[in-house]
Amino acid sequence: MAIRVITEKCVGCKLCIPTCAQGAISFIDKKAVIDVIKCNYCGACIDACKKFKAILIEIDRKVSDQDLSLYKGIWVYAEQRNGEMASVVYELLGEGRKLAEQLGEELSAVLLGDGVTCQAEDLIQHGADNVYVVDNPKLKDFQDDTYAMAMAELCEEYKPNIVLTGATAIGRSFIPKVAVILETGLTADCTQLGIDDYTKLLLQTRPAFGGNLMATITCTNFRPQMSTVRHKVFKKAAKDISRKGKIFTKVLADDLLKSRTKLIEFVKEMESTVNLSEADIIVSGGRGLGEAKNFALVRELAELINGAVGASRAAVDAGWIPYSHQVGQTGKTVCPKLYIACGISGSIQHMAGMQSSETIIAINKDPNAPIFEIATYGIVGDLFEVIPAMISAIKNR
Amino acid sequence: MNIVVSIKQVPGTTKVAINPATNTLIRAGVEAIINPFDMYAIEEAIRLREKFGGKVTCITMGPPQAEEALKSAIAMGADDGILISDRAFAGSDTLATSYTLAMGIKKFGQFDIILTGKQAMDGDTAQVGPGIAQWLNIPFIAWVKKIEDVKEDAKTIRVERMMDDGYEVLEGPLPILLSVVKEINEPRTESLRGKMKAKNFKATVLSAKDIEADPDFIGLRGSPTIVNRVFVPVRSGKKELVEGATVEEKVSKVVASLRESKLVN
Repeated sequence: MAIRVITEKCVGCKLCIPTCAQGAISFIDKKAVIDVIKCNYCGACIDACKKFKAILIEIDRKVSDQDLSLYKGIWVYAEQRNGEMASVVYELLGEGRKLAEQLGEELSAVLLGDGVTCQAEDLIQHGADNVYVVDNPKLKDFQDDTYAMAMAELCEEYKPNIVLTGATAIGRSFIPKVAVILETGLTADCTQLGIDDYTKLLLQTRPAFGGNLMATITCTNFRPQMSTVRHKVFKKAAKDISRKGKIFTKVLADDLLKSRTKLIEFVKEMESTVNLSEADIIVSGGRGLGEAKNFALVRELAELINGAVGASRAAVDAGWIPYSHQVGQTGKTVCPKLYIACGISGSIQHMAGMQSSETIIAINKDPNAPIFEIATYGIVGDLFEVIPAMISAIKNR
Repeated sequence: MNIVVSIKQVPGTTKVAINPATNTLIRAGVEAIINPFDMYAIEEAIRLREKFGGKVTCITMGPPQAEEALKSAIAMGADDGILISDRAFAGSDTLATSYTLAMGIKKFGQFDIILTGKQAMDGDTAQVGPGIAQWLNIPFIAWVKKIEDVKEDAKTIRVERMMDDGYEVLEGPLPILLSVVKEINEPRTESLRGKMKAKNFKATVLSAKDIEADPDFIGLRGSPTIVNRVFVPVRSGKKELVEGATVEEKVSKVVASLRESKLVN
């Protein structure tokens, strides 16, 4: 493997420089020079130099011994816990249906759990052509070992082309193990999916560097092509009770379903009565609140509009509210319909966790706060005046 | 107790900013740091050693300059550091990286607990930790917010795993790999004694050959995922502040728009 600049073709336009996340490109004598120690061969510069074709990577890639043409269909992992389906599943079925139609392949759901067969019809009504079910008491609680084995086993037997999983606490925990078992590629936390017109490959686009860069990734030579997908990015599939589909019940040998870890208990956290990741509305407080008791104001607004309470890292670090409320790269990534940031200046890390929200209201004293750059509505003002005014405006209609 | 901490050197993202004129990343003066999420893993490892005795070894894969990350870990209180470094590893995706780290840890020998941060600040994948566990065929628990108990004689561990709506208490056998979240502890700063030790510290460097890596599983060759395009996301870029003489006027404008789009009643 080697990367080089064809100096005769390089016009010195410098378009490649900003695309290099490693800072490996410099200019010497008006020509691009790539520092091969820093370069990680991501190929972004090649894309930037499409016009001049002055950068070349010679790659020696492993070729799969799989017959790729045997891999057909789009799979959605139907994540459920205690019989409750994660809402991202319906979003994946909606998006998966589009991909299936573009490829002319079937859309299937995979349901793992104990006593879950009854949920298969619901998945069919939301667009699945097939549902693969492993219904076994050993799958009662989510455990990485058992769920990864069951999923890998199904993939090996039925050979899906694409496997989509929600980028949830569960999905992001066990799917990487499945990818290792299958020795295939996995792209984390995608926010856009598409099919390449020419190659028919899944185009998986995801944020990196805290959302400051986007990367489009393909899994060209191996199957299945696997992604975890951020929730609330895609529209939920509509329900059609007349839809028909097939249910395949798969019985797995008991020794395949052995978990080395076991669940002792689940503790629901009282403060998070509204699940942040699933919330449609979030009201978040930051350093501007000044002290813990002022979170009451944020809570009051949140309750009024049926929202969840979020917080910036500064507020959590100050001990004003538990970590489970933290929004941002260090905390939770959220994508609600409405996000109200109160007294949050907007660090890159915070914005990485909420900038894909549909509507953003920012309330801050400082007109230069970075949060205003991404706000749909920016209100410059004292939050101790703005929030009460907002509460009364919503109450008095 | 032998504790291995798998860490990553990343650009210190706090200094990463967007150039508003070109909408590109400004990288000037960006220093390399230990992935902030890995700091919690190092801290937890040191606490375990303080309680149970043993040794904390940090391991990282990266270019020669990643030794600096290991030095910082030593300064915090880790006992030893291993750098897996070879040109052959360049371009590794999460599958190849987890394979390489797993082979390095295997080479290292005995371990009871492997700790990692929940994800790296630059890539944000959270895939390398579970990947290592799978390659080593040991159990894995993600998002650990507390280690409740370790029973050395019975070789079991009890931890709390953070879920979206609460937490689970789980029990598992040693050896095990845990990825930890911020809530688990407050990382200590480097001590003077640690800094002295770090100054003279030389990491053990392992090459692809040293860890007996299969060339088909490392670097770009062993990476099934291919980055096709990297671009800066389009932001609206225009700052729209709500106009109004009074707070009430600004607020009523916003609330009216929210009602219109049915976001509030």
